[in-house]
Amino acid sequence: MNTTTPFWRDKRIKPILLQLLFVIIIGIAMFYFINNALTGLKRMGLSLSYSFLNSTASFDISGDKLIEYSATDKYSRAILVGFLNTLRVAILGIIFATIIGVILGIARLSNNWLARNTSKVFVEIFRNTPLLVQMIIWYSAVFLTLPLIGDNYNFANAIFLSNRGIAIPWFKPIDITWIWLSFIVLGIIGAVFTWKWKIKQQVETGKRKYPSIWVFGTLLLSIIFPFVVTQSGPFTLSIPEINPNGRSFVGGFVISPSFGAVLLALVMYTSAFIAEIVRSGIMGVNKGQVEAAQSLGLKSSTMLRLVIFPQAYRIMIPPMTSQYLNLTKNSSLAVAVGYPELVSVGNTILNQSGRAIQMITIMIICYLTFSLITSLLMNIFNKYTQLVER
Amino acid sequence: MNREQVETNLPILPPPKEKVTFFQWLKDNLFSSWYNTLFTIALSILLFSIIKGTLTWIFIDADWSIVTSNFKILMSGQYPAVQLWRVWLCIVLLASLLGFSSGIWNGTITHLSIFLGSLLFISGILPFVSLETRIWTFIGLAILIVGHFIGKKIPIKKTILIGWFLLFPIAIFFINGFGVLPKVGTNLWGGFLLTILLATVAIVCSFPIGVLLALGRRSKLPTIKYFCIFYIEFIRGIPLITILFVSSIMLPLFLGQGVELNNILRAMIGLTLFNAAYLAENVRGGLQAIPRGQYEASHALGLSSPLMTCFIILPQALRSVIPAMVGQFIAIFKDTTLVTIIGIIDILGMAKNVAQNPQFLGQQMEVFLFVAVVFFLFCYALSYTSRRIEKSLGVGER
Repeated sequence: MNTTTPFWRDKRIKPILLQLLFVIIIGIAMFYFINNALTGLKRMGLSLSYSFLNSTASFDISGDKLIEYSATDKYSRAILVGFLNTLRVAILGIIFATIIGVILGIARLSNNWLARNTSKVFVEIFRNTPLLVQMIIWYSAVFLTLPLIGDNYNFANAIFLSNRGIAIPWFKPIDITWIWLSFIVLGIIGAVFTWKWKIKQQVETGKRKYPSIWVFGTLLLSIIFPFVVTQSGPFTLSIPEINPNGRSFVGGFVISPSFGAVLLALVMYTSAFIAEIVRSGIMGVNKGQVEAAQSLGLKSSTMLRLVIFPQAYRIMIPPMTSQYLNLTKNSSLAVAVGYPELVSVGNTILNQSGRAIQMITIMIICYLTFSLITSLLMNIFNKYTQLVER
Repeated sequence: MNREQVETNLPILPPPKEKVTFFQWLKDNLFSSWYNTLFTIALSILLFSIIKGTLTWIFIDADWSIVTSNFKILMSGQYPAVQLWRVWLCIVLLASLLGFSSGIWNGTITHLSIFLGSLLFISGILPFVSLETRIWTFIGLAILIVGHFIGKKIPIKKTILIGWFLLFPIAIFFINGFGVLPKVGTNLWGGFLLTILLATVAIVCSFPIGVLLALGRRSKLPTIKYFCIFYIEFIRGIPLITILFVSSIMLPLFLGQGVELNNILRAMIGLTLFNAAYLAENVRGGLQAIPRGQYEASHALGLSSPLMTCFIILPQALRSVIPAMVGQFIAIFKDTTLVTIIGIIDILGMAKNVAQNPQFLGQQMEVFLFVAVVFFLFCYALSYTSRRIEKSLGVGER
């Protein structure tokens, strides 16, 4: 018998042929699309260069700006303003969403019926309605329906609620702030070492050494000491006032309606998801661990801190990372309420200059950078908490 | 000796029944310790004021005329009123399929049909809907109930399954018309109808792409594997809104002058490409959960790779990721609201438009809250279903 396999069924050649076919198909498709795009751009008289970033933006960004910006600045600076705004809302959002999410998640496992069910209802409501709808409700139905700045609601002439934003008293750094800060940083470092030292003593001797009282003392010292040295507080308090022209606030910290709406919506929405992650993380810890901890006579707070949480972290970190990434990506919805973040600024530039491909590339690169940095940090944290196996 | 006697003489008692009186329950669940008591009291005062405020607002202060007089356009947008029977026919078809299936399988699907039934009933008795709507909702409700009882008697499983597969193409045919019926182009689709269609198109069309991407990501051929990894990670790294911008601004550029696509079709393409990447990750999870033995067994039986994938691997993989895919459906359903930003009038876009009407000044809260409630009902029903499926598959318990 002389049966030779045809060469395309050869186990060594088949994969190469398949891949070649795949590359050719993808290549033709790409060529078609790019060719179309290039001819289209040529027809419209646009180029693919990024030199437009250096020309004058000639549009103003109203409201939130972390750096100085005016209409005479360049496009690149406008993009930087947007980038920083995204960063601000994402970082604040992640911090608040984590705090509220953890509280809600623990409340869902509480033995108090009321707390358990309140948390459940909260989570279900905020998880099952679209973020954009929530954001628009906060913006146009809550923040913008606050009274005009002239007849604002105010509490003790220090906190103002109006449709121009919410103004609250804020700390204003003075020239000795850095002395205070450095003492407090030193105090925190000292407290960590004291804690470790006292815990070590407690483990070695088996006697109670009251580590938390020591830590408290160290921290107290780091506050008393700079007070004695500088004879003044760390900050002066800046209390908001209404501008004489009656259209804005002076001093304090002003939360603009769009920023408030974006932050509140992102925090509420994401914390509902985080609550579920925390709950499943805690429930994912082996029941035997809890029983063993109880039989060793640990208090419930100690058990939570030393036995349950270190194991729950491991389950919680990967889904937490994706929630943080989602929050960052979702901050792009702020374009709908006029908060000048990356997509909103990018969209304005895109409409004004027609450089669609360049602007979208810039946005994509920015978001991919956020994603990569967040996953990198979370991966480091993940490694740190992972089970050390023998 | 003595001890044994005692043991045999005693009847075996069941463990004592705990009598939980109302006060005992209160004590255990609300007032078990002093801080719990304090907490309960503080929380109840807070909740009482919130609920009281909300209820007074809903029933006394709020003016719902913005919703009642715009109900039709919020739900179906600019869809011509004379052609609305086509949409209703699709809903009746869905109701009959759900009714039959609930009669035959009688599990989670029954809960879904109860949901649809009560939705139809409630929209039928709303005081402000037209007579036509009332008639159609009650036809749908009747068919749902009749279907349930017929399904119980005659289990026509195959027909119903085929019906489910044909539902989507039939619905698209009826809603669009394609010239056979008077054509209602996608530019006339709007409101909640559009929201549902966008989500369904995105999930149905992205399903094959997602499965292929997931298989490709696990392929041994490096070019295919890295292409799929690049695609999935790239799409997952950027927000949906940029993809919608790309599809609405750049798609015409890429396709050249010959192809004309309207705004809604472009958004559908964007949503599909976006959803495919997320779906691929869900399917990959299912593929990874399949034990090696399944592969080895099918190789031992002499199945070729495509046959093995189609008949051994995919059925098991897809079955175990049903809950995750329902979750993805909920996510894309909520995300369709983003099309408002690129100027498509879905239910949220319609709500924004009517809120700007000077006739309904200051009623934004009412109309947006209505939109939120509509989404909540559907998403909650879906997530409830997904949890039940998860339980019945035993995915969570493994």
